[in-house]
Amino acid sequence: MIHKISPTTEPLWVRISLLLTALAFIGVLVVLPVAVVFVEAFRQGMPAYIAALSDPTALSAIRLTVLVAAIAVPCNIIFGVVASWAITKFDFMGKQLLITFIDLPFSVSPVISGLIYVLLFGANSWLGQWLIDNDIQIIFAVPGLVIATIFVTFPFVARELIPLMEEQGTQEEEAAIMLGAGGLRTFFAVTLPNIKWALLYGVLLCNARAMGEFGAVSVVSGHIKNYTNTVPLHVEILYNEYNFMASFAVASILSLLALFTLLLKTAIECKFSKTGKI
Amino acid sequence: MAFTKNLNLHRLKSPSIIPGFGVTLGFTLFYLALIVIIPLSGLFFTAATVSWGEFWNTVSSPRVLHAYKISFGISLLAALINTFFGLILAWVLSRYKFFGKRIIDAMVDLPFALPTAVAGIALTALYSPQGWIGQYAEMLGIKIAFTPFGILIALVFVGLPFVVRTVEPILKDMEKELEEAAASLGASRFQTFRQVIFPSILPALLTGFAMSFARGLGEYGSVIFIAGNIPKISEIVPLLIVVKLEQYDYAGATAIALIMLIASFILLFIINWLQKWASDDS
Repeated sequence: MIHKISPTTEPLWVRISLLLTALAFIGVLVVLPVAVVFVEAFRQGMPAYIAALSDPTALSAIRLTVLVAAIAVPCNIIFGVVASWAITKFDFMGKQLLITFIDLPFSVSPVISGLIYVLLFGANSWLGQWLIDNDIQIIFAVPGLVIATIFVTFPFVARELIPLMEEQGTQEEEAAIMLGAGGLRTFFAVTLPNIKWALLYGVLLCNARAMGEFGAVSVVSGHIKNYTNTVPLHVEILYNEYNFMASFAVASILSLLALFTLLLKTAIECKFSKTGKI
Repeated sequence: MAFTKNLNLHRLKSPSIIPGFGVTLGFTLFYLALIVIIPLSGLFFTAATVSWGEFWNTVSSPRVLHAYKISFGISLLAALINTFFGLILAWVLSRYKFFGKRIIDAMVDLPFALPTAVAGIALTALYSPQGWIGQYAEMLGIKIAFTPFGILIALVFVGLPFVVRTVEPILKDMEKELEEAAASLGASRFQTFRQVIFPSILPALLTGFAMSFARGLGEYGSVIFIAGNIPKISEIVPLLIVVKLEQYDYAGATAIALIMLIASFILLFIINWLQKWASDDS
């Protein structure tokens, strides 16, 4: 970072102190919490770690989390791609409003995201009463977890795709249509190759959030052991039972997922900056 | 007949040879209504069935008022801290070359990717009186975990990426010529920053600040572990909503949530306006 003195760089002492401040801030606030997860998880050694993860309750939580993400993420991928197509390939009235509505779930507290479904499907509403009469369970059951997860991860894919597709414009698609390709063929042969990395990144973020969501899922789950406990909820239960080591052991898989997501993200960005194409 | 139909369509949508407008927009609106709009408006309908007296009693009770104070006050403070350090981080990441830059850059996004419950227990472990940091704070007589200070730490953590990610692209794209011109006209580096660079990053900085504030207001998972959740001391609003729900007090939960939701909508409106300002500027 040592450049020649130039009128558009700061004095050396300023540069060094800014850099050290930034490193210290990230170190204390971000690196230490991740480090502490792994240190606490392995505090009692490898066998205890494996035992905590192979506990039947933990395994059932992992299965449930994978199941919920496996339904919620594809739903939002389809929505994200379709919505981005409608928004970026056409000009129509109310477009900006539509984008704002798509972003809405980001600005709603996770707890409120859960609450709205409890109000909608809970025993107090007429819909809830109808569901009870027909013996359909949504709240305090897996469908509730899936819907709440779809809500909180709703904008991820669309939000990654819209700015990119906006920038790419419609010329390539128009050319494909002129040459006689149908809509679907145009999408798969022309649009998809152009957006695949942004799509992948959006899917990664969507998946990380789907597997890690806590607040919304906690409100709709009812915390039923072996039935509606996802991995983050299992972390909470173990922690509240003072079973700290097991709690951190389970938390360490979620941390690995987060680190893996960031690693892939960095790899995708490297690829972009090398090919110069985004 | 065909002419008027065309005219109407023309007003709503510009013509295009690309197919699929009707079907993609239709699906988008249907899915949006089903997942977001109908459930969210359900909250307003439920709130409308709560009597005014009941509503007022809930939201003006000392415990709830204190939670609002804590949530708004600490979110504001956390957003200010994140604006200051976020600007430094964005500056360092966009202007300097140093070893490990890619790693630091990736770490900035960690609060987005790490589940909030994991962040919550990790921060508690660090800042509790026996923790790596907490034990030294204890020696100085400062308690962090299980106090409002702990809530501040959690909210700074979750709000960290916003300012960095909104300001960094602006700093990267800024034309070097402007700064060179300022310097050649005799401005010191600090004057250049204050009068040339700062005005052009201000909209982005404010956007990041508002996003960080909005995120802090709604945050639940990372806070409840470190806060200790002592009524009238370290209770946040989202926790009170959960408490009301656990007591099956749906009306109370809805009343508290309604005020938070309105605050979020106002913030979303401000953020949209700021982003528009930022893009008009550049």
